Amino acid sequence: MTRTEGGCVIELRAKSPCDGLLPLSIGGVTLSEAAPGAMTCLMPYKGQAAALSGALEVACGIAAPAPGHSTVSDGVRILWFGRETLLLIGPEPAPELAQHAAVVDHSDAWAVVRLEGPGAVDVLARLVPVDLRESAFAPGATARSELRHMQAAITRLSADAFEIMVFRGMARTLVHDLRDVMESVAARAGR
Amino acid sequence: MRIGGEGLINRERRLKFRFDGREYWGFQGDTLASALMANGLRVVGRSFKYHRPRGVFTTGSEEPNALVTVGKGPGQEPNLRATTLELYEGLEARSQNAWPSVDFDVMGINDLAAPFLGAGFYYKTFMWPRAFWERVYEPVIRRAAGLGALSREAAAERYEKAFAHCDLLVIGAGPAGLMAALVAARAGADVILADEETRPGGRLTLERIEVDGRPGHVWAADIRAELAGMDNVRLMPRTSVIGAYDQGTYGALERLAPDVAARDGAPRECFWRIVARRAVLAAGALERPVAFANNDRPGIMTAGAVRGYVNRWRVAPGQRVAVFGNTDGAHRTASDLLAAGVHVAALIDARHGAKCEFDVPFYPGMQVCDAQGRKGLEAITLTGPRGTDRIQADCLGISGGWNPTVHLTCHMGGRPDWNAQIAGFVPREGAVPGLRAAGACNGVFSTQACLESGARAARAALEEMGLSVPEVPVPRAEDGAYDIQPLWHVPGKGRAWLDFQNDVTVKDVQLAAAENFRSVEHMKRYTTQGMAPDQGKTSNIGALAVLADTTGQGIPETGTTTYRPPYTPVAIAALGAGGRGRGFAPERLTTSHGASVQRGAEMIEAGLWFRPGYFPAGGETHWRQSCDREVRMVRQAVGVADVSTLGKIDIQGPDAGRFLDFVYANRFSTLKVGRVRYGLMLREDGHVMDDGTTARLGEDHFLMTTTTAAAGQVMRHLEFVHQCLHPEWDLRFTSVTEQWAQFAVAGPRAREVLNGVLDAPIEGGMWPFMSCGAVGLGGVAGRLFRISFSGEQGYEIAVPARYGAALFDLLVERAEALGGGPYGMEALNVLRLEKGFITHAEIHGRTTAFDIGMGGMVSSARESIGKAAAARPGLLGAEREQLVGLKPVGAVRELVAGAHLFARDAEAVSANDQGYVTSVGFSPTFGHMIGLGFLKNGRARHGEVIRMVDRMKGSQTLCEVQDPVQYDPDGGRLRD
Repeated sequence: MTRTEGGCVIELRAKSPCDGLLPLSIGGVTLSEAAPGAMTCLMPYKGQAAALSGALEVACGIAAPAPGHSTVSDGVRILWFGRETLLLIGPEPAPELAQHAAVVDHSDAWAVVRLEGPGAVDVLARLVPVDLRESAFAPGATARSELRHMQAAITRLSADAFEIMVFRGMARTLVHDLRDVMESVAARAGR
Repeated sequence: MRIGGEGLINRERRLKFRFDGREYWGFQGDTLASALMANGLRVVGRSFKYHRPRGVFTTGSEEPNALVTVGKGPGQEPNLRATTLELYEGLEARSQNAWPSVDFDVMGINDLAAPFLGAGFYYKTFMWPRAFWERVYEPVIRRAAGLGALSREAAAERYEKAFAHCDLLVIGAGPAGLMAALVAARAGADVILADEETRPGGRLTLERIEVDGRPGHVWAADIRAELAGMDNVRLMPRTSVIGAYDQGTYGALERLAPDVAARDGAPRECFWRIVARRAVLAAGALERPVAFANNDRPGIMTAGAVRGYVNRWRVAPGQRVAVFGNTDGAHRTASDLLAAGVHVAALIDARHGAKCEFDVPFYPGMQVCDAQGRKGLEAITLTGPRGTDRIQADCLGISGGWNPTVHLTCHMGGRPDWNAQIAGFVPREGAVPGLRAAGACNGVFSTQACLESGARAARAALEEMGLSVPEVPVPRAEDGAYDIQPLWHVPGKGRAWLDFQNDVTVKDVQLAAAENFRSVEHMKRYTTQGMAPDQGKTSNIGALAVLADTTGQGIPETGTTTYRPPYTPVAIAALGAGGRGRGFAPERLTTSHGASVQRGAEMIEAGLWFRPGYFPAGGETHWRQSCDREVRMVRQAVGVADVSTLGKIDIQGPDAGRFLDFVYANRFSTLKVGRVRYGLMLREDGHVMDDGTTARLGEDHFLMTTTTAAAGQVMRHLEFVHQCLHPEWDLRFTSVTEQWAQFAVAGPRAREVLNGVLDAPIEGGMWPFMSCGAVGLGGVAGRLFRISFSGEQGYEIAVPARYGAALFDLLVERAEALGGGPYGMEALNVLRLEKGFITHAEIHGRTTAFDIGMGGMVSSARESIGKAAAARPGLLGAEREQLVGLKPVGAVRELVAGAHLFARDAEAVSANDQGYVTSVGFSPTFGHMIGLGFLKNGRARHGEVIRMVDRMKGSQTLCEVQDPVQYDPDGGRLRD
């Protein structure tokens, strides 16, 4: 650190929400921290949902998803994130989006983990009340729900992979709860 | 006694187990009950009240007698039914409610006192003196009567909870359930087949019945194999569906196979919540006993159980077996016994015209009226038109017919209907939306009818779900008629048991009726019939039939008691699975958590958050030392505190200002960009809900802060106001609490610390009190707020949370270099007390803006939530208890939060109560304790000496009433 004229130069080291907690692999199911990039909460103003979707298409090449779904293209994902709310994941938000929506940085607000492997769905079914059958919750489907006692956002990435988000400050509990059921699912399966 | 033949046990695999400390052998496929029987044990438990010797009575989860405790120490499980307990190598079980042993039980004396111990005995006897109810009588009664007990230690066993979803849930894997599952599975529906048993088939595993030309259990195994191979089917053996709830949700308890449960990390049980679009209940039927004198002798069991033990487990429950019934089931039992080579001592058929096809002593039109043999049946007495007869027998199979298992259909308030044809209650259609009863639980008893009924129920469910219905042929099976002559009670001398588990006899039910407890629900509570862990599965219908007979009302008029979940007992450990230790509640940790813990901070909980209470420095042994030092440090140098836990709500939109004007009592639309204002939020009833600061970051952009514990409540309130009261306003908001790590830097040297981390240094004039704006920290975009909760020059600096840990370390390092350091909640509390700032100790839900001295903040010019209600009579004026500061002035220097306030010379009685103390702390600044409290007309009484009385501690302190703001009243320090 060097002091410069009129101010100082410091360097703040960034720490991820699950720093020191992950990865974890039990019985063929792995839990790892995702590095999703920027996360931006987009809440369209009155009557602006369609305009926001159009602006997103222009800016990122994908439109707003329907409730319960997400849209994906190269390096960009948009999750439906609750009533009149989207979460843009990946790029920094284009400035034009602010014409149609409240734009709020959520990049640091969430612990984001990825649960994958055969049995991932059994692990999740022990914590999340969502119907996880592929007929009801196909890859790309997303839900704001609960994970044991925590508010969570669950997105299916593929048949055997899920992305789970909880408030950043709950990262340790998230890992604790997932580890708990990963152990029991592995023991049941004899893995 | 084990007999020859195959059965469904694996004689190749011998299993060693212990019962009451003795070692025995059984086979794979045995239950504990069948293994005990094979080893010749007849008495397996003692009864609840009279301590009568009892033996195995059934083969299923309805078992009233054979309850055992498994395991020892913390994880021991009481009241497990030996009839459903799979035998495994090393199983250790104990009998219950007997001392010193199940063979010789000293409390057996209760049985001799039986004439005095009938229903209502306790109510009538243990009435006086009242003080003895809980201290003497109840403990004594509980010792004398009861079943198994918990260890009272915390168990380490793992339990599990899980969710499952399907199109069709089939409950029960007997002929009806298997057919239903097969039809639905072949249609491609997602099927869950849940069954209590280890193997499918239901009664097919216990009977000699052919299905489709094969032994029934082979057919069942074949169907199971087909289902197991299908992706759309989930088989859940060992799973008892215990309740039907709203929206097609069912509760189910899965008991894992012993070898799986024994694995490291595996749960013992899993509590499932299954959500199904449709359900088929194929729960079968339960055989009911007949009440006659001493019908609880060990060796007396249901006729169906006799067949089950002989056919499935190849155990003869006796050497001379008698059978007594009122349907063809009795004949089937005799036939199975003969086929197994067991001597049939008598076949007694209560039906007068009955015929017998077998070469056994046959007694049509007769009834068993008494049984002899205390620790095991020795003989029975018959009565009938031909007079009485006595027959030597060591086992008696009895059947009074079958009760459809209607339980689940009644869990949502439905009542079953009486069907005179089968002399039983059957489910009312539609009682549980989406659920259909099929097979025996719907009152059809032949195997053929059950198979057809199951297939029919599945087809109907598929049609309703819009799925195509496949052609699935229903196999051929026996289709005998069910010819029953109702028989509930054989009159005679001596006690005739109805409820074996709770020791309720015919006489008890008659006594209840005689004492005018004539409603079935009153009878139940008076006698405790049906209130044991088995919930009266084998006794409810018999008891209500006896009641109906006694009162002269019919059975349908008498009706059943209410069937409630759970169908079978569920351990609380299963319902609370995952809730132990850290699983109890989520923990919210700040970015500075690690650093705080490393410094030895004592962490305290605030809502779900963990915050440091204080940071002990070298040599400090008491929290007060640390707290006093930290307070002085902030007053004299600088302190750093993590305030990230305060709720932060980002509010944007053209109507954001107007919205804030409405939800806050004071005005925000007039706030200038780059400025912060303190706000007071009222509930609709005019009382204070929360307080905090809101910053205007842009023309249409505000950042609201809430108190830590009220963040959720405020967010919910804002959603309500926006969605329900002013949906036309254009604004959006979201929580950003977790996005930002925020630290208070407070003290005369606060600015120096900040200038060590900011890219561009600040000066006092640039950032006046209550200003805010963007700053850079090594290129990281942060926010700076000039606000103070300590009364000192104060800032709060926020950075994206990923940088929180690094910034905290840096701020603390800078502060320490200037004689400061981190401070915790204790010091934070003292600092704000000295300044007279309120927390939720003061705005506790019963105080108004007027009470806390902020009545002037409520904007008079416009409408806001709570304003009108706050102006109601009684909420303003001298009669209100108003916020004051307190300081001790007498010899006693102690102030206690929660203590009450009285005029100096008034007696400390509630009529003289003038208020109470809300917060106290030792102020190192003033050198004595200070407090905040509410005192009647307090603002007009500054300077008066009053008396604080704490009844809990027994302390009294004379206090001087003061202005709440005791430190730096003109606020010069925080503007510095």
